[in-house]
Amino acid sequence: MSKEQEFKQKILIADDSEMNRSILIGMLESEYQIIEAENGIEAITAIQKYGPELSLILLDIVMPEMDGFGVLEVMNKRRWIDEIPVIMISSESSSFHVERAYQLGITDYISRPFDALIVHRRVVNTIVLYAKQKKLAGLVMEQIQEKEKQSSLMIDILSHTVEFRNGESGLHVVHIRALTKLLLEHLVQISDKYQFSREEISMISTASALHDIGKISVPGEILNKPGRLTKEEFEIMKTHTTIGAEMLENLSFHQDEPLVKEAYAICRWHHERYDGRGYPDGLKGDEIPIHAQIVALADVYDALTSERVYKKAFAHEEAIRMICGGECGAFNPLLLKCLTDIADTLQESLNNTGANHTDAQELQDILDEKLHPKELSASERTAQLLEHERMKCSFYASMSEEIQFEYTLNPAMLTLSGWGAQKLGLPEIIVEPQENDKAVSIMTAEDMKKLGEILRSTSPKEPVVKYDCKVNAGGESRWMRIIAQAMWSFEETSKYTGAIGKAVDIHEARLRLDALERMASHDTLTRLLNIDYAERRIEERLSAGGEYVLMLLDVDNIKEANDSRGRLFGDQVLTHVAEILRQNTGEGDIAARVSGDEFLYFAKSDSDGEQTADRLMAALRGEWEGFKISVCMGIVSAGNGKKDFRELFMKADRALLEAKKDGPGQRRYKNE
Amino acid sequence: MTLQECYQSLEGDFDDVLGRLRSEKLVQKFVLKFLNDKSYELLCSSLEAENYEEAFRASHTIKGVCQNLSFTKLYQSSHQLTEALRNGLSPEAPGLAEQVKKDYEQTVAAIRKLQEESA
Repeated sequence: MSKEQEFKQKILIADDSEMNRSILIGMLESEYQIIEAENGIEAITAIQKYGPELSLILLDIVMPEMDGFGVLEVMNKRRWIDEIPVIMISSESSSFHVERAYQLGITDYISRPFDALIVHRRVVNTIVLYAKQKKLAGLVMEQIQEKEKQSSLMIDILSHTVEFRNGESGLHVVHIRALTKLLLEHLVQISDKYQFSREEISMISTASALHDIGKISVPGEILNKPGRLTKEEFEIMKTHTTIGAEMLENLSFHQDEPLVKEAYAICRWHHERYDGRGYPDGLKGDEIPIHAQIVALADVYDALTSERVYKKAFAHEEAIRMICGGECGAFNPLLLKCLTDIADTLQESLNNTGANHTDAQELQDILDEKLHPKELSASERTAQLLEHERMKCSFYASMSEEIQFEYTLNPAMLTLSGWGAQKLGLPEIIVEPQENDKAVSIMTAEDMKKLGEILRSTSPKEPVVKYDCKVNAGGESRWMRIIAQAMWSFEETSKYTGAIGKAVDIHEARLRLDALERMASHDTLTRLLNIDYAERRIEERLSAGGEYVLMLLDVDNIKEANDSRGRLFGDQVLTHVAEILRQNTGEGDIAARVSGDEFLYFAKSDSDGEQTADRLMAALRGEWEGFKISVCMGIVSAGNGKKDFRELFMKADRALLEAKKDGPGQRRYKNE
Repeated sequence: MTLQECYQSLEGDFDDVLGRLRSEKLVQKFVLKFLNDKSYELLCSSLEAENYEEAFRASHTIKGVCQNLSFTKLYQSSHQLTEALRNGLSPEAPGLAEQVKKDYEQTVAAIRKLQEESA
């Protein structure tokens, strides 16, 4: 791709006819970079790949695999239609088709045969229009933010003027504002009684900055008197509440503004106390509006922790203790709880607010921005960041040798990472995977069902699951570990919407584990199962139910063989017997070596094991290297309530002892 | 044979296509490209296999291409065939398929001639 191509805007052309695509390409390729798709699935794949990088999609209706309407439906479900304009091009001119296409959110409809000039013009118009719309939306958002910023700035300047007269640090207003916000936010969290939206919280905290504007009418000598105020002076001082409220009440305009109403209540009642001992009106309990109560608390906290002409600053902990101890008058217990709850983080939050204080420097910054506008608006920056993240993700996905996947229920779609798709021999995007034979055959139906079940049984808080199973990777069955996160919707009652995850090949590790398990479960001499392992398997069968027989076999005269021909020969006889036993082990039966010359055989019951016993005895009767082989047998029926392996084993052992007393080749039943 | 004569021979509307695509060179390029279009073969094979859904799409594609190139005669017959296949096989479809076949051969013959003479 040439450098020039890279910077061209991208257009996706989805049409099954190569001819039709090339006609369109001929009209547009000099100005745009063209991406082609010859059916709906390819179109979806391309949209998935390029995302909002696509400036426009030209979409045909009639296509194989998935038609244009199918593409539009997916675009709607995935909200791509809000980001990328679509022009439908089709020779279907029935109003039904046109109407449906518009309903699905297309921007324009061009019928065949098309005119080069018209196609070109409409493409350009749509792209320009969308770009303008995006830019405008971004600008409006920035304007709103800026307006809010400016009005808070105005309020800050005004209240700062009051504070300045007061000789207090300008930080007081900033602190009150931040404290009010923190307290309100926490109050909303812990109480059902008071519900404020984000905007309301922001407005009330803005209004809180105005709490002391009435002080403008209080003489400077009183405001800044270092000592204790006389009774008369204090009476004058108290008037700042009513005067501030009056000032707001007498505004000849903006009377209906919520901000003015909130500020009125805050000015008038921020010195009221919960027990009715405050001023100016002596309101009690919830007669005092909650936001005035909050500002009162914030005011007291900040007064305590700041230095004033008449006092030193108290430490944070001391201030909290004094307020809760009732030294500054009574407060709503719920608000005191808010204060103590947030006490730990309060100082840090306040310091941060101080640093972010809107001041002259910030005003300068705003002006600078106006005079030297940056190239990108905030929304464009966000879009770029998102695009950056998307590129990062797809890069990592292509680099890692993992099968990464995303599955959504609605639309039912499986998306695989490029490497993963190659490994599994599947396309990267599969629509309706449960209908797709190839997709269905990657796991057994049972594993598929189980995985679905465990994903659905997760919660939004703990959505991650692990599942080991065999996966058909391009014809080869391999053990994989699937680590997946269930995706839950953000609604109040969140719904399961699908899953993302990866499958890691653990085949070799799993085989090693299996081999180890095999070694631990087999007898080293005869390579039959060992008794411990057989016991576990038998108990599993017994608890699953059914009728069985347990047989213990003892090789006759093995002691003589050992004595006369040596221990090694004896072992060879046992290995030979084990081999015969293995060859005669029926499906689902269990043969194992107990110890020495004793073997065990466990089978489904057929006429109390008679047939099985006959079969085994016949097979084992014979001669090996001049040694005459025969066995004795103790047989016991199992199952149907008799489920304890040890008990069964003892009974069979007793039966075997009795059989051996009768001589070689005998058997005994214990069936009580 | 000129491009205009080719259009006469395949019974298309040369003025219309030139009016839309605005360049004789471009029109000629696409007309020659029509020979490589696989839709007609797909139409024949899917009709043979009685896959009428596929046949519908193939016929629809031929129709769309002819419309863009103003191959009026083939457009008309493929348009009729498309409609006759829209909801599966209809009684008139086989007859219309014959017509499409005839018109397609006429069209391709004219374009081949143009190709030979312009080569």
